[in-house]
Amino acid sequence: MVSNFGITVVGHDRPGIVADITGALGSHGGNIEDSSMTLLRGHFAWTLIVDLAATLPEVDDAVNPLRAPELLIAVVKLPIEATDPDAPTHWLNVHGSDRPGIVSAITREIAAAGGNITDLSTRLVGSLYVVSADVTLPKTNDDHALASSLSAIAANLDVEVSLRPVDDDDLF
Amino acid sequence: MTDDIRELLLADFDGGRVREAVLAPHPVLSAPCEAVDPGAPETIALAADLMATMEASAGCVGLAANQIGVPKRVFSLDVSGHVKTRTAHGRFVLCNPVLEQATRHQKAREGCLSVPDFTGDLKRATRVTVRGWVPGTGSEVVITTDAYEARALQHEIDHLNGLLFLDRVAGAHAIHVRQTYL
Repeated sequence: MVSNFGITVVGHDRPGIVADITGALGSHGGNIEDSSMTLLRGHFAWTLIVDLAATLPEVDDAVNPLRAPELLIAVVKLPIEATDPDAPTHWLNVHGSDRPGIVSAITREIAAAGGNITDLSTRLVGSLYVVSADVTLPKTNDDHALASSLSAIAANLDVEVSLRPVDDDDLF
Repeated sequence: MTDDIRELLLADFDGGRVREAVLAPHPVLSAPCEAVDPGAPETIALAADLMATMEASAGCVGLAANQIGVPKRVFSLDVSGHVKTRTAHGRFVLCNPVLEQATRHQKAREGCLSVPDFTGDLKRATRVTVRGWVPGTGSEVVITTDAYEARALQHEIDHLNGLLFLDRVAGAHAIHVRQTYL
């Protein structure tokens, strides 16, 4: 029986990590569905959802030879999600001087409004910290009220925030 | 018509001082700027400083006054010769600009002298009409332009309204660490 597995790989970057992981999973008939990989401050970081007709210990054994002190590989079995998540309704942008608590304070307010962060990226270069996120807000959300409360939080944190409805995609 | 406007925009603004660019995060980049008197001597001096600083900064095609720390509604622009330019009005400075029309939005990547380590993908109008006043003569001009000059005008007007391109990027993966420095 095919199951969904979530696999996270984090650690020291080197050529061949993606080839090694996909090779180990492929040899067990694994099929990568969604995945996202990047370098975060130079560290390799990859999360993937894989279809495999295997048990959790079998998948864990498949990737085990690739584990190293500087390369964490975690595997969990996931329930198959019955429905796709709602499309994002808004884009969130925050920028300002780096300090602890920016993401926490802003996203807490969005969560309080019933909003769901569906994609998030943060970057720090020098003293400038930038956050960009896709957000799904309930249809009943009061955008103006949320924007006002986010602005008040941002003012306390000495950062700038904007929350705008997503543009329609152009199709050609 | 474009030639007539180029005549009105034509001014030397020579002898300015190269000023230090203000980098984000900085409060002067996040607050709306004040209107100016286009004929005032300090406005003419500011125009010259903007031109000198813009031209001394590699890859810089536009500069707003608050980017050199002066919270006034003045910017310089020159997209002449840029590979993405279609219509260009040459090298000019404009006071108190108003974006009157903006249509045909397209996504493209842009950067900023005040945000040197990032670029961003954002939609802007590719056809705009901007009204403004020329420093010194005080001539009122209405510029209708397209493509790269339209994008640059919107970027500078955003600065004067306290906005950076970081406020307008489209989506969670629309900000990029800059790879190429001129």
